[in-house]
Amino acid sequence: MSLIREPFSEGDSLIHRLDPRGKVLVAGTFAVLVAVAASPRTAAAGLGLALLWLALAKLPPRRVAARLLVVNGFVVFLWLVLPLTYPGEVLWRWGWLAATREGLAAAGLITLKSNAILLGLIALAATVPIVDLGQALHRLRLPDKLCHLLLFTYRYLYVFEEEYQRLVTAMKIRGFRPRTDLHTYRSYAYLAAMLLVRSYDRSERVYQAMLCRGFRGRFYSLKEFSWQRRDRIFFTLSGLGLLGVAGVEWLLPLAARRLGAW
Amino acid sequence: MSEPIIRVENLTFRYPGAPRPVFQDFTFELLPEQHLGLVGPNGAGKTTLLHLLMGLLKPQHGRILIFGRQVSTEKDFAWVRQRVGLLFQNPDDQLFCPTVLEDVAFGPLNQGKTTAEAVALARETMAKLGLEGFEERITYKLSGGEKKLVALATVLAMEPELLLLDEPTAGLDEATKHRLAHILKELTIPYMIVSHERDFLNETVKKCCHVHTHCCQPE
Repeated sequence: MSLIREPFSEGDSLIHRLDPRGKVLVAGTFAVLVAVAASPRTAAAGLGLALLWLALAKLPPRRVAARLLVVNGFVVFLWLVLPLTYPGEVLWRWGWLAATREGLAAAGLITLKSNAILLGLIALAATVPIVDLGQALHRLRLPDKLCHLLLFTYRYLYVFEEEYQRLVTAMKIRGFRPRTDLHTYRSYAYLAAMLLVRSYDRSERVYQAMLCRGFRGRFYSLKEFSWQRRDRIFFTLSGLGLLGVAGVEWLLPLAARRLGAW
Repeated sequence: MSEPIIRVENLTFRYPGAPRPVFQDFTFELLPEQHLGLVGPNGAGKTTLLHLLMGLLKPQHGRILIFGRQVSTEKDFAWVRQRVGLLFQNPDDQLFCPTVLEDVAFGPLNQGKTTAEAVALARETMAKLGLEGFEERITYKLSGGEKKLVALATVLAMEPELLLLDEPTAGLDEATKHRLAHILKELTIPYMIVSHERDFLNETVKKCCHVHTHCCQPE
């Protein structure tokens, strides 16, 4: 019935069985590291590390490809814009349009980085069910408010989606078909407004029901996180991998310069 | 005569912007060991009364006493909610955890029980309602009848001393209605049912009363 699913969190691979706290820490560090990297070598090393995690997570390749396609849809625009607007050495000229080498390099770097980060997050963060993710962040001492924001956003996404489905069905069974006319626009405006009002009411009732069951701003998880040997191994190896990526970024140029001087 | 467990005195409540108050100088009593049915046309204030008793709505005037204690502040009602269970009209409003077990354990955990105690209590309650094997089911994928029973389990797991049910039979088939009636008759706590279904009320309560603006009139 619901469109919102977490397909990546349903699995039984090594990555799925790891403690979410460790995965979240590694994923966060990885994302920051790759995001600040300036060299394509680092981004490529990051991509390698992410692919390694992805292989361990044994996720359905088609689904992963579908996710990548969404993000790379935005990246396509960068390829269209960056080479033509970035100042630098001109490679091709086509009328008044000129593509620069630096522009292409920048677009390439962004493509590498975004795909590396996305794959890393799919392998490590998306394999944690949202509810566990909220709990893991809570245990990692993230402020309560942020954790609740995450959990409630998730919870009410369902509410929104359900109300939306109900309204769309109500419109369909009375023969509504979208056209390019005022009636269609008005109906869509009603739909949006109704969705907002009804979801608000609904979330109010859900909150009341929670109050009636003694809710006092705290969520409890039935899941006990346990930090085991496999978590220590994964954490250590991933830490080394992250150090390697950082090494490619900062140590390699340094070593190259030394060698050059020598 | 024993002390009433619910006592409402001179209560006035009007929804903001409504032309007429739902309750005006309303008086009501529920005695212990009593199973009461509340009837009345749509809009008579049956649900409103339940929400006022749980502190979800605030009256403009009047006193509410529950288990002999006057309740008015949010803190008082937090105390009430530990002792009185309310089954909502729509079970979708009540279930919000991903799995059934988590949802049933949510109340006991809020009561300060440990995870192990809460899970044990949740399983026990579910067994009583014939919901064994539902633990890992996803709440939003249950059928209407299953949702209702799980919602009842979430309330009963808190071991309430009084149960309020808001149209518990809405949308249920005959078999589930009978199952629900059977469960209610087995309960050892007083309860109050808002319903339009005479057959169901005849089966589950001894006395019914009509909700009016000023009082509840016994039939």
